Amino acid sequence: MEITAAQALVQCLEKEQVELIFGYPGGTILPVYDALHDSAIKHVLVRHEQGAVHAADGYARATGKVGVVVATSGPGATNLVTGIANAYMDSVPLVIITGQVATGMVGTDAFQEVDTTGITLPITKHNYLVKDAAQLPRMIKNAFYIATTGRPGPVLIDLPKDIAETKIKFNYPETVHLRGYKPTFRGHHNQIAEAAKLIARSQKPVIYAGGGITRSRSSDELLALAETINAPVTNTLQGLSSFPGDHPLFLGMLGLHGTRAANLAVTNCDLLIALGARFDDRVTGKISEFAPQAGVIHVDVDPAEIGKNVAVHIPIVGDVKQVLQELLPRLEKRTDTTWLEQINAWREEYPLRYEVEGKLKPQYVVEKLAEITGGTAVVATDVGQHQMWVAQYYRFKRAGGLISSGGLGAMGFGLPAAMGAQFGLPGEQVVMVAGDGGFQMTMQELGTIVENKLPLKMIILNNYVLGMVRQLQKVYHEGRYTAVNFKFHPDFEMLARAYGIKGYTLRTKEEVDTLLPQALAEPGPVLINCLVSAGEWVSPMVPAGKAISEAIDC
Amino acid sequence: MLHTLAVLVENSPGVLTRVAGLFSRRGFNIDSLAVGRTEDPEVSRMTIVVDGDDRVLEQVTKQLHKLVDVIKINDITADEYVDRELVLIKVNADHTQRVEVIQICDVFRARIVDMGRKTLTLECTGNHGKINALEETLRPYGIKELVRTGKIAMVRGTKNTGYQENGAKEESL
Ligand SMILES: Cc1ncc(C[n+]2csc(CCOP(=O)(O)OP(=O)(O)O)c2C)c(N)n1
Repeated sequence: MEITAAQALVQCLEKEQVELIFGYPGGTILPVYDALHDSAIKHVLVRHEQGAVHAADGYARATGKVGVVVATSGPGATNLVTGIANAYMDSVPLVIITGQVATGMVGTDAFQEVDTTGITLPITKHNYLVKDAAQLPRMIKNAFYIATTGRPGPVLIDLPKDIAETKIKFNYPETVHLRGYKPTFRGHHNQIAEAAKLIARSQKPVIYAGGGITRSRSSDELLALAETINAPVTNTLQGLSSFPGDHPLFLGMLGLHGTRAANLAVTNCDLLIALGARFDDRVTGKISEFAPQAGVIHVDVDPAEIGKNVAVHIPIVGDVKQVLQELLPRLEKRTDTTWLEQINAWREEYPLRYEVEGKLKPQYVVEKLAEITGGTAVVATDVGQHQMWVAQYYRFKRAGGLISSGGLGAMGFGLPAAMGAQFGLPGEQVVMVAGDGGFQMTMQELGTIVENKLPLKMIILNNYVLGMVRQLQKVYHEGRYTAVNFKFHPDFEMLARAYGIKGYTLRTKEEVDTLLPQALAEPGPVLINCLVSAGEWVSPMVPAGKAISEAIDC
Repeated sequence: MLHTLAVLVENSPGVLTRVAGLFSRRGFNIDSLAVGRTEDPEVSRMTIVVDGDDRVLEQVTKQLHKLVDVIKINDITADEYVDRELVLIKVNADHTQRVEVIQICDVFRARIVDMGRKTLTLECTGNHGKINALEETLRPYGIKELVRTGKIAMVRGTKNTGYQENGAKEESL
């Protein structure tokens, strides 16, 4: 029996065990929506396509499954761009299906036509424009395979309307054959053996663990490695929550707003074990002074990351989980504590600190949140100062507990990403932490949250300013604050009420102490507007062009 | 330093854009790029001449490998290879210069493919150096128009830089 390509598409998604799609309909994608009418797959109607793609991203990060997005051509597709770029930068597996004008109209500047594959070419792992309906099932099969294997990432399929309506004999391929795509999973044995030898010889090792640990869900292996060789662990933003925040070997985040202990440990180490991390400029600071005396072992699934920014002594291309599983039995337990004593001395000398007294402090709210949730909530942040305070003060005890836009640093990510995570983890405590700026970029999704009865908790650290940019103007532009102070905000508590969401406004420490636990314990969605001091700076901070050992206090 | 890469790609729509886009996006310098189909109609071959040191070349190769449509990459710079480029040159040649230009043609084994009242159009194939030399020699006469195909290359002997089924993607590490 023949079915339309659109119907085949939906059957392919069912075969891929897709349970949830985030999307927004329109003219050219109508055939797909018609096919969805008869499917068991749940479609979440968002309020803006950016919300759909960030939600799919949050869902994918929270569950490890593929996030699926459907949107129409033209404006539907362009509204996705930020979210696709975000997923690409942070290596999140997404499959995105966009409608396109009919093939006969492609290239004529037709109504709602944009060159979607052209626009998304540099921000997708791969993309397809479907020209032959019979090829669609194979493309979907490939898309899921490409999105999830090797270094994960978004894959887009652009589907012209006439193709979607073409009847085909449906047959979902069992296997993938892509001669140009052969990701490496297993690390090279000899290299792993060499790594074990180098580790045995080192006196001052540091483990630098990034998003690769998070994506491959290798927290257990990371913990085993650290405890076996008794080495301190520092995380990148994407790596945070992969190592217990209260573990004695944990140094906190490194880099631009990293702890001094982490940055000093890296600067003075004799061996840097980089796991699923990419030596990003926010991490390394002045690159020539990044771990200057260290031998470098770099494990990454993407060969192009190895040697891209720093010279590497032992490169290992492979899935970090598999590599660690092979490496662990080759290691001997180490008990030497000289290096750890030095690290502890730094830690004691340079703790993270802020002044608790006075106006309500954003850091205090984060610390309190960590205390109430025991560090086990899934926290999705937006981008800005509050994001860094979550990174610094929320002691994560749940692997995969942090969902944050790192590579792109896209404001507006927090709310929809938290929403997606809550869809994926219905029984868990999911908390959004956003600034007052970023929250207003995607707050239209409050409607989606209510409609779907999500028990999401949303905390706004409301300082009435674009705090992070204001901090940059303080440090680099002599405090000439331009376009960073808001003169108007809606009353967020009342805004919440307008949506039927319970709203809180917290102004003091005492209110946080008594009301935050209560708000978090509510069964339904809650918005918690915390009016916090605008006079706080994310500290320490590595000035532009400086080594990470040269951080200043802000 | 100039490197010559023989790159096998899927003959799929947009593959040239993907490769060219990668080079511009990452700031790699292409000296020349020639593309056409191979013995297998589903596979095209690009000969890309890139400028860069070893580190740049390593990144070029690795980033190219990440493109799903790229099947195989060989840096043949250090190999013995045959390379050819085709050039068409329309050069000024009125009756006072015609004989000289025709003599130059003979020396370079170029062929005259068209003749105007005051111009001659030549065709010549050869390696990069030969084509450059021809161009320089003709420049004083006044080159009206010139087009080069970019270099194509093939390794000498039995070594194969083509695509074999089951042949794994070249590992660069
Ligand atoms: C889409 C987008 N636009 C602009 C920026 C630049 N930017 C980075 S942080 C920031 C300020 C964020 O302010 P807010 O959301 O209030 O959070 P805060 O820093 O005060 O915690 C801005 C404007 C960005 N990262 N993303």
